[in-house]
Amino acid sequence: MNDTVETTQTNSAETLSAPLSPGRKKRSPLGEVFFRLKRSPLAMFGLTVILILIFTAIFADVLSPYPYRKQDLTRTFETPSRDHLLGTDEFGRDILSRLIYGARVSLQVGFIAVGIALIVGGMLGAAAGYYGGWIDNAIMRVMDVLLSVPQTLLAIAIAAALGPGLFNLMIAVGIAAVPNYARIVRGSVLSIREMEFVEAARAVGSSDLRIILKHIIPNSMAPIIVQSTLGVASAILNAAGLSFIGLGIQPPYPEWGAMLSGGRQYIRDYSHLTLYPGLAIMFTILALNFLGDGLRDALDPRLKR
Amino acid sequence: MTDTKENAKGLLLDIQDLTIQYVTDSGTVHAVENLNLQLGHGETLGFVGETGAGKTTTALGIMRLIPSPPGVIRSGKILFEGADLLKKSEAEMRAVRGAKIAMIFQDPMTSLNPVMTVDKQIAEMIRLHRSVTDAEALNLAGDMLELVGIRRERMHDYPHQFSGGMKQRVVIAIALACDPGLLIADEPTTALDVTIQAQVLELMKKLKQQFDASMILITHDLGIVAEICDRVAIMYAGRVVEYADKHALYRRPLHPYTIGLFNSVPDLEEDKEELAVIPGLMPDPMDLPTGCTFHPRCSFATEECPVTKPDMIEAAPGHFVACPVRAAAQAGSESRGGEGQ
Amino acid sequence: MIRYVIRRILFLIPVLIGVAFCVFTLLYLTPGDPARMILGDMATEEAIREFRVKEGLDGPFLVQFGNYIYKAVTRGDIGRSYVTKRPVLDEIMTVFPATLKLSAFAIIIAIIIGMPCGILSAIKQYSIFDTLTMIFAMVGLSMPVFWLGLLLILYFSVHLRWLPSSGFDTFRAMILPSVALSAQSISMITRMTRSSMLEVVRADYIRTARSKGQKESVVIWVHALHNALIPVVTLCGLQFGHLLAGAILTESIFAIPGVGRLMVESIKARDYPIVQGGVLFVAITFSVVNLLVDLLYAYIDPRIKAQYK
Repeated sequence: MNDTVETTQTNSAETLSAPLSPGRKKRSPLGEVFFRLKRSPLAMFGLTVILILIFTAIFADVLSPYPYRKQDLTRTFETPSRDHLLGTDEFGRDILSRLIYGARVSLQVGFIAVGIALIVGGMLGAAAGYYGGWIDNAIMRVMDVLLSVPQTLLAIAIAAALGPGLFNLMIAVGIAAVPNYARIVRGSVLSIREMEFVEAARAVGSSDLRIILKHIIPNSMAPIIVQSTLGVASAILNAAGLSFIGLGIQPPYPEWGAMLSGGRQYIRDYSHLTLYPGLAIMFTILALNFLGDGLRDALDPRLKR
Repeated sequence: MTDTKENAKGLLLDIQDLTIQYVTDSGTVHAVENLNLQLGHGETLGFVGETGAGKTTTALGIMRLIPSPPGVIRSGKILFEGADLLKKSEAEMRAVRGAKIAMIFQDPMTSLNPVMTVDKQIAEMIRLHRSVTDAEALNLAGDMLELVGIRRERMHDYPHQFSGGMKQRVVIAIALACDPGLLIADEPTTALDVTIQAQVLELMKKLKQQFDASMILITHDLGIVAEICDRVAIMYAGRVVEYADKHALYRRPLHPYTIGLFNSVPDLEEDKEELAVIPGLMPDPMDLPTGCTFHPRCSFATEECPVTKPDMIEAAPGHFVACPVRAAAQAGSESRGGEGQ
Repeated sequence: MIRYVIRRILFLIPVLIGVAFCVFTLLYLTPGDPARMILGDMATEEAIREFRVKEGLDGPFLVQFGNYIYKAVTRGDIGRSYVTKRPVLDEIMTVFPATLKLSAFAIIIAIIIGMPCGILSAIKQYSIFDTLTMIFAMVGLSMPVFWLGLLLILYFSVHLRWLPSSGFDTFRAMILPSVALSAQSISMITRMTRSSMLEVVRADYIRTARSKGQKESVVIWVHALHNALIPVVTLCGLQFGHLLAGAILTESIFAIPGVGRLMVESIKARDYPIVQGGVLFVAITFSVVNLLVDLLYAYIDPRIKAQYK
């Protein structure tokens, strides 16, 4: 009902281009999102860092100057030098190499944990939202219980019960995040379920599964993509925290949180042992957060700022 | 047209050559372009146009409440009681807002502060412009509520406890609390149910007379205009294209756009097969057509229309139209039909 | 209002039983026989059987869970430490105040810094202050609490020697851990306050207030702020939960004798009853805090209050 011009006042400049430019060249929905994403320098910075990290993780064997477990007890605690760009740790291992392999672990944990959370949470949320009634009630009450334990603590509790190890770490971090996804998916399913195109699909006799797969999931993608991007960040952060307190990845395998934990006793004299892994974690999380924020704005300009 | 009306002294509001733009990353929105408008004391002006024509922007411009950025008032004068509002300082404007010019907004659901009781929201207005104590202001707020037809007992309620029509009554009470000379009502009934619309309109009509205020009624509903307005300004793509006495306009609309608007109103008596629809869409306000902005949709258009911006022409006494083609036709028909209407 | 409070408290009970169930299940699934762990390797089979009957550890899973709840509610008995053999409740209660104090300090810092920064950032949108605040907030959000803690120790304790790097008895000792812990919450609250504020200042009722001729300062600080803070209050409650969890990491860095450090030590020693008790305790605290926040929420938002009148 509002005058188009009035929307200018309530919304940011970005919004204007959409309804007011019928004459401008059309892009595919995905292209439109990327176009808007490209205009945010911070999001592009995030995306670049993530791509570099993924590249590093995949080619860790080629890129790292030393094997991650190669010790040299004659050259421990070295500060950065030409041989060891970021120095060496208490066993004379090359910190840069360990950070590079650490990227592999962190990204693996981050993506797989989110994958677990997304699949489990997504299915629960979709079922709850789509069927409603007692199914909804039962699922969401269980989620309420899980949500009443802070996520990091839940991950710690599960990891403590499962024991250490890469796989258990992913499961612990993933399960702890399930309620987030269940809620988001349920919310968008609820709002989409009542929309007319879903009614129409139901009217022509589409099956539940078909409606969920063909209509509801594609239409609830936006919030899920955003949550997943930010979710990878918090999964990496949680995993690092777990490794830091001795749950999760065990030495000698290089994990950033574990490296920090190992270096902290030498912090007074050799602070570079804790500085670099911390920076690695921070930049990864920062990049993911920037990308997630940018995606949120690009996918739904109405939410912008 | 600025000087065409010599008896400018009797005017309450005289907008001259007002241009308002929204400057955004994706381009400049020409919301209001060289707009001229007059309003006499005690008059009610109907301000009619499609969504996006710039009616609300004009209203907010008068209040100096255009959000900036992105809004910029490029040029023009808004003479209110003889003084240019655009030259006033922010502090001076605050003394005008509410006290001399009050505004009723479109959506009563969102126009009231949800965490403040309605009496306090009315009293806030009173405290700002009258030297009364808090208690007196609250008492006056109760009086105002009764005036708009809400029981006094409900004065301590929150907005969410009222229905849409009741909320709009509260908004009206706020607007009239300080007895403003000019009331700007921006589609005050659009968001309401049809039955409530009539009640609210009736109330506004009554109170406007009671308070002896002038009013600008923004609407896209020609029926409402017929009911309560004295004069009508038709707005299209940021410009006023026709401005006339209500009776003259309804009897003989001149501008092709106005004619289109009238034709698209369903008429039970004529029983047409289908409604005449104005072809095409509102132009992109970032990329307005050259010359007369209506020419791409106009069936009267000549080769001159895309070239020259039409000025307002007084086609008949007090009847202005921004269309040389139709003004000439009117003049022609008048000379045939005899002078001295 | 009373009915609302009672309803909210009643809602809490199934949630807490649910948490207890999860905690109990995890404990049940972890390797190690509680009776054997507590009585030690030297205990006779006879003694172990007797202990199981006495502690309700002999029945099927659900019966055991029933016993667990019964003992927890009637006697506050949520098991015994495998290591010290003392009741879990006693162990936790001795260290709980430190954790609560740490979290409370952190949330206070976060609110005191986060809200004003968010408000100013929103008022001065796109200014240098806004840009810097948003970048700082993003960095704060991305900093692992354990790393920030180490950096603070490195700078303020090791280099400058201003503040102690461990302990939690004096005010000076509390500064570094509280600041480290609050960083993420400061960022969250800043961002939330800013976006909430930006949304509210575009609301129609703000335009109404301006159209009354109200001063911009009153429009912002009275009309906008109250409305903008409503979602922020909820966030603060949720943040308190994150802080309780973050306290686990912070305590182990700054050697603070709190629930977190106790849990980390218990994880290393495989003293599972303590770990589970700690989880239960944090969940209860978190739920109670959220209950209080909900009540506060109802107090500041008349729309909620009216629903339960």
